Amino acid sequence: MSGVAGTDILRVEDLSMRFGGLLAVAGVSFEAARGAITSLIGPNGAGKTTVFNCVTGFYRPTGGAVLLQAPEVAGGAPVALHRLAGHRIVRAGVARTFQNIRLFSGMTALENLLVAQHNALMAATGWGIGAVLGLVRYPRAEAAAIDRARAWLAATNLLERADDPAGALPYGAQRRLEIARAMCTDPLLLCLDEPAAGLNPRESDQLAALLLRIRSGEAPNGAPCSILLIEHDMGVVMRISDRVVVLDHGRKIADGTPAAVRADPKVIAAYLGEEEADEDAPAEAGVAGSGVAGAASGPGGTA
Amino acid sequence: MSAPAGVAEAPPRAAAPVAGALREAGLAALVALGLFGPMVGLRTEPGAGGLMLVQRWPTVALLCAMVFVGRFGLVWARSHRFPAFLPALARAVPLALALALLFALMLPPLPTGETLLSAGGHDRALALLALFVVAGGVFLALGWGRAAPAVAVASTRSGRWEGSLRRFGRVLGPLLLALALLLPALPWVGRYTLDLGILVLTYVMLGWGLNIVVGLAGLLDLGYVAFYAVGAYSYALLSTSLGWSFWLCLPLAGIMAAFAGILLGFPVLRLRGDYLAIVTLGFGEIIRIVLLNWVSLTGGPNGIGGIPRPSFFGLSFSAGGGPGSFADFFGLEPSPTHRVVFLYYLILALALLTNWVTIRLRRQPLGRAWEALREDEIACRALGINVTTTKLTAFALGAMFGGFAGAFFATRQAFISPESFTFLESAIVLAIVVLGGLGSQIGVAIAAVVMIGGFEVFRDLAEWRMLVFGGAMVLIMVLRPRGIVASRTPTVALGKRRAISGELVGEGHG
Ligand SMILES: Nc1ncnc2c1ncn2[C@@H]1O[C@H](COP(=O)(O)OP(=O)(O)O)[C@@H](O)[C@H]1O
Ligand SMILES: [Mg+2]
Repeated sequence: MSGVAGTDILRVEDLSMRFGGLLAVAGVSFEAARGAITSLIGPNGAGKTTVFNCVTGFYRPTGGAVLLQAPEVAGGAPVALHRLAGHRIVRAGVARTFQNIRLFSGMTALENLLVAQHNALMAATGWGIGAVLGLVRYPRAEAAAIDRARAWLAATNLLERADDPAGALPYGAQRRLEIARAMCTDPLLLCLDEPAAGLNPRESDQLAALLLRIRSGEAPNGAPCSILLIEHDMGVVMRISDRVVVLDHGRKIADGTPAAVRADPKVIAAYLGEEEADEDAPAEAGVAGSGVAGAASGPGGTA
Repeated sequence: MSAPAGVAEAPPRAAAPVAGALREAGLAALVALGLFGPMVGLRTEPGAGGLMLVQRWPTVALLCAMVFVGRFGLVWARSHRFPAFLPALARAVPLALALALLFALMLPPLPTGETLLSAGGHDRALALLALFVVAGGVFLALGWGRAAPAVAVASTRSGRWEGSLRRFGRVLGPLLLALALLLPALPWVGRYTLDLGILVLTYVMLGWGLNIVVGLAGLLDLGYVAFYAVGAYSYALLSTSLGWSFWLCLPLAGIMAAFAGILLGFPVLRLRGDYLAIVTLGFGEIIRIVLLNWVSLTGGPNGIGGIPRPSFFGLSFSAGGGPGSFADFFGLEPSPTHRVVFLYYLILALALLTNWVTIRLRRQPLGRAWEALREDEIACRALGINVTTTKLTAFALGAMFGGFAGAFFATRQAFISPESFTFLESAIVLAIVVLGGLGSQIGVAIAAVVMIGGFEVFRDLAEWRMLVFGGAMVLIMVLRPRGIVASRTPTVALGKRRAISGELVGEGHG
């Protein structure tokens, strides 16, 4: 909880989220270090997605604080994400993906990436008015946006599918496209909700490599990007995480390096307890319920 | 989103689906009873000694029975995993019935001794039947399309149709435009055809305006006529009371309508889907009723007459052809046709302006954000798009074009009254958009020509044409549930632009 201001990009302090009688997140605190991959793991229903929804402004936490420590933004003072309106979180520098993929399925991959650059493009069009009149500044801005989209399509190995509708892409490609779309908002912190769910082992490996490149800044954005990762695929988590936070029943039960967490008896107990109850693990179920299923149960109904 | 993501779509309660459905249907019928009991069951009518309370319990019973059957059918069909068509049907039929009944109740009572089945009530029965069929078709199409799975394999038949239409469409658009431009010059085109052309173009414009709201942004607006009315009345009031010219009043009328759009949009845009549809429908009625009752401003049911006609750069189209008139200035024989031709080109220009702005905006971030909203509002929020203002711009812009069309209507008719702005107008415009294909400009134009033109062609059939027409519409929607042009063209591409099958394109949730 000490967290030296300069090294942590995100501080979650005593976060609580209550849904009626259910305390989905109960006083969770952790930090995500700048330029690191911090993983959030835990059995199903532990409250991981709820933490994400609080960080990204989809839920207003019942208690606690979420602070983004970004020196570039707001002159060094931490930004209180838990007080920002949903659509302003992105401007503060936090992007996310969804556990149930939420692409604009009737739009092409390229269009998806352009929508992600909406705010920058909107400013260049003079909020719509200049664009209708065909002012010169806009075409240049759009060309730049397309270039960036192209770079991300290349980085996620989707370049040849650029003009295909997102809804027609294979599952793994949709996952990658969603990451590319989030990265097109130029975030400081990327929040990924089970990005490896439904991927085959080879795709999982590629994903891990992509995340490492995003973290180090080799990927098109140039600047290193911190990552907050929810993942069930322990192979991926243990391989790429710098730090792992374990939740169970809304509480933090462990927090440390991958090796330390793996050896923690409390973590083992939590996962063993889950084993019988959780035969149809989310990885497979996620595939079956892709696309449409998620639309019904989105985080639209906030607290 | 939540933990049991894999089982997000919970399997329907397999155990005793009939009992569950019965229970739900009973509940719905109870709610209906509570609602319709006071609203429909009791009615005051002027009688011998002042107002009399008339009780209409059979009607209430009928309404409740409809709700019961509809709800039961819906739940039952869902539990049986029938094709999406059935639930949509189960939903559309009671909705349409309720609508027809509401209208029946709003109409003045039939003369004594006449029933809907006797000779005197025939027209009304047919009109109501037609309303039922048309409304049912629209609801069916909307419900069915929405229920269809987002990712489905395009059937080859529809794929082929789409392909040929697309190839044809590349020629068709310019062809239609050329025809529209040359129509007044064709020797065999008379006054009647021109008037019809003006009517069709008005609906094309309204369709394109509503297409921004419904087709692009995916917001189901059942009260579009309100903005048409605001535009018409703004124009009429400004021009008759202040005497301002057409070219000044036209933009003002558009701005007023856009303002009305924002006014409505602010409170209602957090609603989604059916709720939004119902509130907008209510807004349309409110505007009409205000126009009807604010007698000191709007003249109430008498309307506003003597609205100045537009002038051609200050040259009037007076029939006498006196000095300063169009005919006099160009040395032409004075003819009433001049004005008609002018009005024709005016509405053509206005419609093309609507089209041009829409096409341009669709390729801009704003238009792309509208379409993204239609696809997935939550993802939009996660990308930092301000959902409320984006929806508001769509609403305001659609309303503005509706207002332009209204101003044109007022100047063309020279007389307006609330009768011209009933729900039927909203329904027709929405039908044009749905029939044409949500979001498709050329589809909407074709649908307007077919619908409004078809209406005229079958004029001899009198009241039957509504029925013929409703039937034809249902047929089209069954064959092509996503409208004439169901596919979407990408706004930008690295390589070649390829059409996107309608099955992948979202229709919005409101
Ligand atoms: N919007 C909501 N309303 C009510 N309960 C919710 C909501 N979102 C999540 N929950 C509940 O909170 C708990 C934690 O869910 P979640 O954060 O999705 O878990 P996971 O760790 O699997 O992502 C679960 O019991 C879930 O049912
Ligand atoms: Mg989750």
